[in-house]
Amino acid sequence: MSRAAGIDLADEAERSSLSASSSGEQETELRDWIALLKPRVMSLVVFTGMIGLVIAPGHLNPVLGFTAVLCIAVAAGACGAINMWYDRDIDAVMRRTRNRPIPAGRIPAPAALGYGIVLAAGSVLIMGIATNLTAAAVLALSIFFYVVIYTMWLKRRTPQNIVIGGAAGAFPAVVGWAAVTGSISLVPLILFAIVFFWTPPHFWALALWANDDYRRAGVPMLPVTAGARETRRQILLYTVVLVPVSLIPWAIGFSGRIYAVTALLLGIGFLVHAWLIVRDRQDMTGVSLTNDAPAKAAFKFSIVYLFVLFAALPIDRLIG
Amino acid sequence: MSSDDAERERRRRTRNIAMLIVLLGLAALFFAITLVKLTKI
Repeated sequence: MSRAAGIDLADEAERSSLSASSSGEQETELRDWIALLKPRVMSLVVFTGMIGLVIAPGHLNPVLGFTAVLCIAVAAGACGAINMWYDRDIDAVMRRTRNRPIPAGRIPAPAALGYGIVLAAGSVLIMGIATNLTAAAVLALSIFFYVVIYTMWLKRRTPQNIVIGGAAGAFPAVVGWAAVTGSISLVPLILFAIVFFWTPPHFWALALWANDDYRRAGVPMLPVTAGARETRRQILLYTVVLVPVSLIPWAIGFSGRIYAVTALLLGIGFLVHAWLIVRDRQDMTGVSLTNDAPAKAAFKFSIVYLFVLFAALPIDRLIG
Repeated sequence: MSSDDAERERRRRTRNIAMLIVLLGLAALFFAITLVKLTKI
């Protein structure tokens, strides 16, 4: 859906917001402002950022380390708020998102934008003060990447939106590393690559069963443009690439056997899930006859995969 | 005061308390960062 086409819906959402606040029927709840930060997405971002910080060589004062993680969390939240502001038109037509604070009329769109900008600027500024310019610069780049490159440019234009835009979610580990070392070396770039290759199968698994939503909103997710069958094939391909990439920390000697075994077992698990998605019972057009049960299972597993894989890095260094 | 007004008042109070906590947290954070930075010098 183009912005022009979606603007009527956005206007409608804003109108309902105005009428709601003027009549006093709806008053913004604190939880709406928290919802704007997409807390569930934030948890994964914070975790990968924290791992980057913990495994980096060197020492960072705990207060500054806490501040760095806080800045990563706030920056991720700011991205979520600006994303919700920009996507309010398509959010209004998708079942999964239509009850978000802006399309539901509980928070006016300009207020959400201001909130996001203030948080984004504040997080970069405080990161720079507390740690170093490199970490602040990478954090600013990650915000720019998510808001401008992914949300405003790619999301509505190409089915590769998730592939390229996925880089935005891969930055936090690099930011965490840079906060300690003040530089970027091979290891954080490998962590970046892991999240980068993990993102497409993770999101496409979701997109498979949220296909109708994306189609209605006109977002060119891969299942919408290339069909479910091709999406299943792409999920498997990216997972095949992800497994060897996840073993690089062990291959270059940064991690030991504990990490290697964990990565291998998780990789096999992810490959099995991807294979089950490909083998899902489907009709002639590729539509699942199992209500996309394998895709739902793979989506859940992918979250566990990333958490456990990244957790294995410091555990391996601690006891390996 | 109607129940609607009371509800609105409650929500406003919750938001104000949250804002107070955020501001106090920020002040504490800046204070802690300053102490750490000064100790380094």
